[in-house]
Amino acid sequence: MDGYNFAYLDEQTKRMIRRAILKAVAIPGYQVPFASREMPLPYGWGTGGIQVTAAIIGLADTLKVIDQGADDTTNAVSIRRFFARTTGVATTERTADATIIQTRHRIPERSLRADQIIVFQVPIPEPLRWLEPRETETRKMHALSEYGAMHVKLYEDVARHGRIATAYDYPVMVGGRYLMRPSPIPKFDNPKLDRSPALQLFGAGREKRIYAVPPHTEVYSLDFEDHPFEVQKWEQACALCGAGDSFLDEVIVDDRGGRIFVCSDSDHCGERRAAGHVGAQPDALGQPADKVAP
Amino acid sequence: MNHTQTAAPSPGFADPVQDSQRAFRGLLDAIARPGTIVRLDAAVSAPAPLSAAAAAALLTLVDFETPLWIDGAAATPEVLAWIRFHCGAPITTEPAAARFALVTDTVAMPPLDAFCQGDDSYPDRSATLLVAVEGLEARNGFRLTGPGIEDEARLAVEGLPPGFIAAWGRNRAGFPCGVDLFLTCGDRVAALPRSTRLEV
Repeated sequence: MDGYNFAYLDEQTKRMIRRAILKAVAIPGYQVPFASREMPLPYGWGTGGIQVTAAIIGLADTLKVIDQGADDTTNAVSIRRFFARTTGVATTERTADATIIQTRHRIPERSLRADQIIVFQVPIPEPLRWLEPRETETRKMHALSEYGAMHVKLYEDVARHGRIATAYDYPVMVGGRYLMRPSPIPKFDNPKLDRSPALQLFGAGREKRIYAVPPHTEVYSLDFEDHPFEVQKWEQACALCGAGDSFLDEVIVDDRGGRIFVCSDSDHCGERRAAGHVGAQPDALGQPADKVAP
Repeated sequence: MNHTQTAAPSPGFADPVQDSQRAFRGLLDAIARPGTIVRLDAAVSAPAPLSAAAAAALLTLVDFETPLWIDGAAATPEVLAWIRFHCGAPITTEPAAARFALVTDTVAMPPLDAFCQGDDSYPDRSATLLVAVEGLEARNGFRLTGPGIEDEARLAVEGLPPGFIAAWGRNRAGFPCGVDLFLTCGDRVAALPRSTRLEV
């Protein structure tokens, strides 16, 4: 696109973000402050993730963007188009073909590889923010590794509900040192953070923080001995592809209360259907299995 | 004003945008997977004793926001002019004031803790050291463990100062504070972030 630098950001901004990313990788789970720029999308639309992607992306990359697991939702489409226009790099909807995956609120079902980087869009990076509003205090709590307040919060869940009720943005310890917010991914995805072969980068634009989990790094979801961490389970399988082990979205299909459960990861679901897997209602969303593009 | 040196600095990256992106991804790969040797192969004609990898790292990461410390062996008029022209970085003679440090003579290298370590509240403010070594080999040598390493990595480094293992152990013990190292050798680079444990 004429009039803009490659990947929109100017080179000095990229250097500043790149320095922050290197320090983030060197201190797993620690939130590095950075001079977040105004982007041509409002804060809250993934500006942190966009700036991280803009600082790392190159002509050899293939970019995939997902929003709640799907490639075809508004946020994903506009960010993918933004990078297609400002960089000209190849884009894909296939997890297996991507070298960079920018995501809002999901990790793909397919295991990531060492040659892939996943970039998370983060609204609130500070895991202690709802427990302690003062940045000066939360910074001290991280410096001292003083995370008792978070255990109390989870314990209050247990006391009130009989179980840990936190279902997304579930707090984790990274490398045994820093408490980290994994961004609002469902806790279903937390096990994928642990010792992932892929580099995981997190960008919070409004809050001006970048953090990272290097490959093969321990990411431990907080729990108690008598209330171990567990992920969501469904009684249903995906209505389209029949998957019984993926994260499911509930979809209303008519005005009489009809509803089905389908895979949140649209590429995973499409891949399974292309491979011949069929669910109980394969035509429920008007997409017969044989017409779904592979 | 007495300008004795009139020769223009030699060129930096031929394609600053794409070359610095590729160099950055190399550096990112190196620090995300400590012990991995990465090639920074962009054509840079930097003045001696700057290696191709050190020059590429400087062009990619250093600018007017990052005070740079340069050791005596590298602080030639040509190198200083090249860095001033291409990076615009303020040159400091105080190791503790530098965000980046360029070490080409490891024998005369200041101790690791002479450089900024960051503090418990802002460990990211520590220095990043570009250290020229004589040999890098991804087998034998040190045993590396820590974040970014699946089981263990091996890295043989020639030309580190005596007592480096002990100094690195103290650097590691200060985690989350401490310096991060990029070891450069020709056009190759390997990283030792502060989180990496080194054993002989």
